[in-house]
Amino acid sequence: MTHKPQPIDRPFWTPGVLVMLALMIGAALTLIVRYTYGLAAVTNLNNHYPWGIWIGLDVASGVALAAGGFTTAFLAHILGRHYYEAVTRPALLTAALGYTFVALAVFFDIGRSWAIWKPVVYQNHTSALFEVAMCVMAYVTVLWIEFIPVLAERLGGKIRLLAFLDRILDKTMWVFIILGVVLSCMHQSSLGTLMVIAPTKTSPLWATPLQPLLFLTSAFAVGYPMVIVETTIATSSLRLESEMNVLTPLSRITILLLGVYLAIKVGDLVSRGAYATLLDGSAQSNAFLVEVGLGVILPWVMLLFPAVRRSRRWLFTAALLIVSGVMLNRFNVFVVSFKAPYANHPYYPAIGEILVTAGAVATIFFLYRLIVTWFPVLSAQRQEVSR
Amino acid sequence: MTISRRGFLGAVGIAGAASTMPGTAQAWQSKAPPDPYGCLVDLTRCVGCRKCEQACKEVNDLPEPAVKFDDLTVLDAKRRPDQNTFTVINRYYTGRIDERDKLVPTFVKVQCMHCQDPACVSACITGALTKKDNGAVHYDVNKCIGCRYCMAACPFEIPAYEYDRPILPRVRKCTFCFERISKEGGKPGCASICPVEAITFGRRSELLTLARGRIEGDPGKYIDHIYGEREVGGTSWLYISNVEFGKVGFQKLPTRPMPQTTETIQSSLFSYLWSPLALFGVLGAVMGATSRKHDADTHDKEDGHDA
Ligand code: SF4
Ligand code: SF4
Ligand code: SF4
Repeated sequence: MTHKPQPIDRPFWTPGVLVMLALMIGAALTLIVRYTYGLAAVTNLNNHYPWGIWIGLDVASGVALAAGGFTTAFLAHILGRHYYEAVTRPALLTAALGYTFVALAVFFDIGRSWAIWKPVVYQNHTSALFEVAMCVMAYVTVLWIEFIPVLAERLGGKIRLLAFLDRILDKTMWVFIILGVVLSCMHQSSLGTLMVIAPTKTSPLWATPLQPLLFLTSAFAVGYPMVIVETTIATSSLRLESEMNVLTPLSRITILLLGVYLAIKVGDLVSRGAYATLLDGSAQSNAFLVEVGLGVILPWVMLLFPAVRRSRRWLFTAALLIVSGVMLNRFNVFVVSFKAPYANHPYYPAIGEILVTAGAVATIFFLYRLIVTWFPVLSAQRQEVSR
Repeated sequence: MTISRRGFLGAVGIAGAASTMPGTAQAWQSKAPPDPYGCLVDLTRCVGCRKCEQACKEVNDLPEPAVKFDDLTVLDAKRRPDQNTFTVINRYYTGRIDERDKLVPTFVKVQCMHCQDPACVSACITGALTKKDNGAVHYDVNKCIGCRYCMAACPFEIPAYEYDRPILPRVRKCTFCFERISKEGGKPGCASICPVEAITFGRRSELLTLARGRIEGDPGKYIDHIYGEREVGGTSWLYISNVEFGKVGFQKLPTRPMPQTTETIQSSLFSYLWSPLALFGVLGAVMGATSRKHDADTHDKEDGHDA
């Protein structure tokens, strides 16, 4: 490799970091209210709408957007395309942070947070949620294990245990890498199974038994765009080299992956005849059109042009569209699509729900920034040095 | 790049085949108890006295109602069962008139249907909800984590939640008076109090016969439909009526049990963990092959320059 991952020597306390801190404090205050007066005090959840944005946005799209971790691991480590190793570490870090926050969002959302361990003991094997929970628990562990070598590189000299674990992992890492990909395929698809149990309470646009396959293929498709987005944000905000030499080839693979997802999605819609309601102007139909039109078809067409793939700005735009499209898809499946048969009002997230979500996102950015500052994660060189 | 493409297609293919392959699993089987108890509600008999609501509160130790039981104006509010109320009576005017041209109301009791193959039971992450042999869908608070997937899954929108309790909230719904009907000769609180025998408690098979008898005995009066006989694969609570069910708050639901699709997907994918194990094997083989190839390459040449 031409570039070795290394810590970033940039001042840590920037205005951006302070904004993140403010959002984190807002979320923390909301959570104090949540644990004093109950979910009713800070959310709009009720007996008609048991799940809101903490599940539909934080958990569902959080899991999807962490797909960069297992898709890059697959490419670089399993297929042996070592060329892509430059992006595996940041993708791994995002995945580890992403999943840690998925777990936290679940923790805050469930009524009995302290009982979160119970599915390990009381198992219901017919429940798709049970399977998601087990895989996510296992995968968070695997991700942080995969991260140990990064920690060891910096702290191995001081903390003997880390150096020791690092030596063991040298020989056994392949098991965790494969396990990570397998666990990801399992729960990415099972997340799609969740709402299949309620076909009468979901819009026909999304109520399909193929939902697990759609979730899996869209997770494959969003992995590299997510890497493109986060690498571009990190390298431009930290003023590092753009790494386009790695991102451009990733975007070519994305054409294929996104195409597969699009084909299955359209095929499913046509074969079920669900497209009939597509132009009825309802919120559901519009959300679907935006999801597929702006989130899948437009960026897919954009990526077909080599000029887009080579331009930092256009590639970022296309990747951001794909990422937003998959986020919107998860939100649509869990929130927009949900029809409560006896509700008088639709669900809108409460301020408290938005505060906690924003705070969780800010915490991810904050920790990302903290970790790339102290640990060897990013490979890109400082612009001034290399240009 | 050709190699990585093929590898990816392979993985997508395996995953895709896995999520659509039904052949490896046995056909889905209902887990419904063979001869559960049930209740038959005859909407033509109910007079809307709210005695069943009151009895339910008493036998289940529920808090006092928001509106006093002798206040019948509440009947028009289209209430739903909630965390403090396991059953409610709603009043509907469907345009039916009596001989003196006065509108005739229809009263509808709402509570958990105690489905034969309940979506809530299949969905519950910990198995806190179970379908008992006597027909009751039973909730065990000691296993519940409060994820509320049961609520999202229930087609009748029945389970309610104590959103106002910060640490120890419970899922709340009609218990079918599990303790009472487990005793010899025991009846649910609501069924035993009804002054006009609008609620009949008994074996589901016998209730179906009874319902069919009433419909056939007075075909001019009853709609030819036992609600709950086939809806979502059958429910322990059954209804017969003299007005269209759709006009008095009942949904038109498929006859397919709600958990059938998801349970088929889950078991064809994960029985004996065959698909994860197979995927692990394939990926291991690919990784082994590529790392051998990598080692064999004496010079570490750069690949992937093809964009
Ligand atoms: S009505 Fe709902 S809560 Fe009651 S058994 Fe059926 S699925 Fe479960
Ligand atoms: S809220 Fe409780 S009863 Fe309902 S699915 Fe979750 S664990 Fe099961
Ligand atoms: S069966 Fe028992 S819990 Fe259910 S509505 Fe009747 S009295 Fe209430």
